[in-house]
Amino acid sequence: MELWHFISERWPTILSLTGEHVLLVLVAMVVAIILGVVLGVAVTYWEPGARAVLYLCQILMTVPSMAMFGILLPLLGIGYKTGVAALILYALLPVVRNTYTGIRAIDPAVLEAAKGMGLGEWSILRRIKLPLIIPVVMAGIRTATVMIVGIAAIAAFIGAGGLGELIFRGISRYNRQMILAGAIFISALAICFDLILKQLEYRYGIRS
Amino acid sequence: MWRKLNRLRTVLVPVILLAAGVSATVYFVENATPMAARLLVYPNVLRVLGQHLLLVLVSSLLAIAAAVPLGIIISRPAFRPVAPVIEGIVNIGQTVPSLAVLALFMTLFGLGFQTAVFALWLYSLLPILRNTYAGMKSIGPEIIEAARGMGMKAHRILSRIELPLAFPIIMAGIRTAVVINVGTATLASFIGAGGLGDFIVTGISLRRTELIYTGAALSALLAIFFDDLLARLEKYV
Amino acid sequence: MIRLENVTKHFPGQDHPAVNNLNMLIPEGEICVLVGPSGCGKTTTMKMINRLIEPTEGKIYIKGQDTATIDAIKLRLDIGYVIQEIGLFPHLTIAENIATVPREKGWPRDLINQRVDELLTLVGLEPEKYRHRKPADLSGGQRQRVGVARAMAADPPILLMDEPFGAVDPITRARLQNEFLEIQAQMRKTIIFVTHDIDEAIKMGDKIAIMRDGKLVQYAPPGELLSSPADEFVGRLLGPNRTIKRLNLIAVREALRSDLLPAVPSHLSSEEARLLLKGSKFNVLAVVDRRNSLTGFVRGEQLKNSSVVPVSEIAEPSPNVIEAEATLNEALSLMLGCGSQFVAVVSKKGEYKGVVTLGSLLELVKEDVKEDVA
Repeated sequence: MELWHFISERWPTILSLTGEHVLLVLVAMVVAIILGVVLGVAVTYWEPGARAVLYLCQILMTVPSMAMFGILLPLLGIGYKTGVAALILYALLPVVRNTYTGIRAIDPAVLEAAKGMGLGEWSILRRIKLPLIIPVVMAGIRTATVMIVGIAAIAAFIGAGGLGELIFRGISRYNRQMILAGAIFISALAICFDLILKQLEYRYGIRS
Repeated sequence: MWRKLNRLRTVLVPVILLAAGVSATVYFVENATPMAARLLVYPNVLRVLGQHLLLVLVSSLLAIAAAVPLGIIISRPAFRPVAPVIEGIVNIGQTVPSLAVLALFMTLFGLGFQTAVFALWLYSLLPILRNTYAGMKSIGPEIIEAARGMGMKAHRILSRIELPLAFPIIMAGIRTAVVINVGTATLASFIGAGGLGDFIVTGISLRRTELIYTGAALSALLAIFFDDLLARLEKYV
Repeated sequence: MIRLENVTKHFPGQDHPAVNNLNMLIPEGEICVLVGPSGCGKTTTMKMINRLIEPTEGKIYIKGQDTATIDAIKLRLDIGYVIQEIGLFPHLTIAENIATVPREKGWPRDLINQRVDELLTLVGLEPEKYRHRKPADLSGGQRQRVGVARAMAADPPILLMDEPFGAVDPITRARLQNEFLEIQAQMRKTIIFVTHDIDEAIKMGDKIAIMRDGKLVQYAPPGELLSSPADEFVGRLLGPNRTIKRLNLIAVREALRSDLLPAVPSHLSSEEARLLLKGSKFNVLAVVDRRNSLTGFVRGEQLKNSSVVPVSEIAEPSPNVIEAEATLNEALSLMLGCGSQFVAVVSKKGEYKGVVTLGSLLELVKEDVKEDVA
């Protein structure tokens, strides 16, 4: 009841924090998707690079988020930039990995047929490879998005805004309703993203 | 040659990580600016590192002790109806951000080490539980059937067949959980449980880069170390 | 016309060249089958023609032009390509798959659509039904048909086919082979066809190139191959029943005898027919109607025993009838199946042409048998 009261009273604040949170995640995801797909595609043409890039992404993922923010903070300063940069780095691995393995998993006969028919590498990439890996990349995007919704909450500490502010303010004021509201809205956001992206994944899925 | 190199790697990676940790600490402590120098002394570094390790180890070991048996139990045929429900709860639980979990338990149990351990424990329970269940379910029924047909008793099938076969998947879950715990433990600072997060948080509020970097470097190296160690265990046992 | 001149392919890290100094001339409008055991270099040879593999030495000319001087992409767009695994693009519809090369060549949309429907019809798939399906919805045989249609989409003068019917069951394979031969009879493409199956080679090839260890062992039309294999290796590859295989290559028409079994018009009476019986070697007469279509047979005993009636009333239909375009092997099977010494031969329209007899078959293959014994 108290919680309900809190939420209805602070509704405009919560809404704008949610907007910030969503924007933070979306900006990071858009950059991570473009960067990750380009990187993932590029390393399929250069095997030693693939190992290095995947290993590096793996390490980036293990780095604790507070440490990541801490490392980037002196470089990019307090605020939005550091938050987005850290989120991009975290989101990179699932996208790069799925792009790379997706392309590697394409039936070699399909690629041979395409090449033998006279499609150039650019045509093969654009018309065959990329459309074929959409479902796999979508799965990676989903994993990454759900993950960084949670990490974005911590980004509030370095001034990147978003629903994490409710939690941090709640902790410092020892306000349970505020913490609860933050936790609930962040979780709900993660679940929403998960469901929407699952739906997209399903729609772009290819019957094989 | 290749195998030799691999064995060398087993020793090399922890040594490199340790060396990096020590040299980073020494560098930052020795070059601390006056404002940070009071905090950034060796006993303090060891203390927060110890707290961090304690947080991670206690919560992880308790999580393994609870989640593995629970995962085995819900994989038994008798629990078939409830298993999907538990899976659903686990899946939703994993979308709750770690910060929210810590904060929530703070409102229930107050500040301090025990609250942090409890939150970490509950949070790391999920991946282990999920992987234990998945690992047990991944075993083909024909294998169990064959074991039963050869006259093995249920507990023997579990210890000789099922657990060894499910081991890599369970191990992967433990690895995920421990790495998450190392990361989440840096947040424990917010609820007064100490750990390497203390350096990062204080460093950020005091704007002392060397303090931030000491905490960040040590926690990152710790996470990479555990990840590497458990990845090795996953493959070699 | 495709000409291979001293073509050699040496893969790095291998002791022996995969293709060793190959010289070949593939005439326009014919099917040239490359056949041999696995690793003999047949697929490598084929892939050098569309430059999926570049030759280490030697030159390949298409219509007199050195392929090395043509842009590889441009070269491939004018050469149809079918592989055993087909490699249909799983995310595209059947129509989009077939349209790949025309689209790449920038054909106008309606021309592409028209061409897709034309090709689907050609390979025996109803356009309305299959146009918008995905490859996963098709059976293996249907996918192979789409593969062939896709290769022919931009009407390339040359087709490369690597075991194109290798992945389907034997019955489907035979049907696809026959259909393809019919299509080829209209299209007259220059086709390089790779297979390890000597029977398929004999059936499909106008010319067969037998390869071993990267070298051309024999290059000849199937008939010549069967009657005079160049060496023991070719003989073994062809198998012990070469004679019977040769029967596959000869049309019934070529062994037709019109003098051994006379036909009687169906309105003649049995008495009149009996007089003609003397001209028949088998004591049987063929009964034909006014249009000379075969309607049945009458046996000698029937004519003797019956009262005077038109032969049409006592004529009996018989299964041992074959079309003039069928092979002698089919005629032989029919004879063995019916336990008969002869089969009646009719034209496509059903007109009675004469017979093929067991004797005439033996006569034809006698030469080979002599050689085999020797």
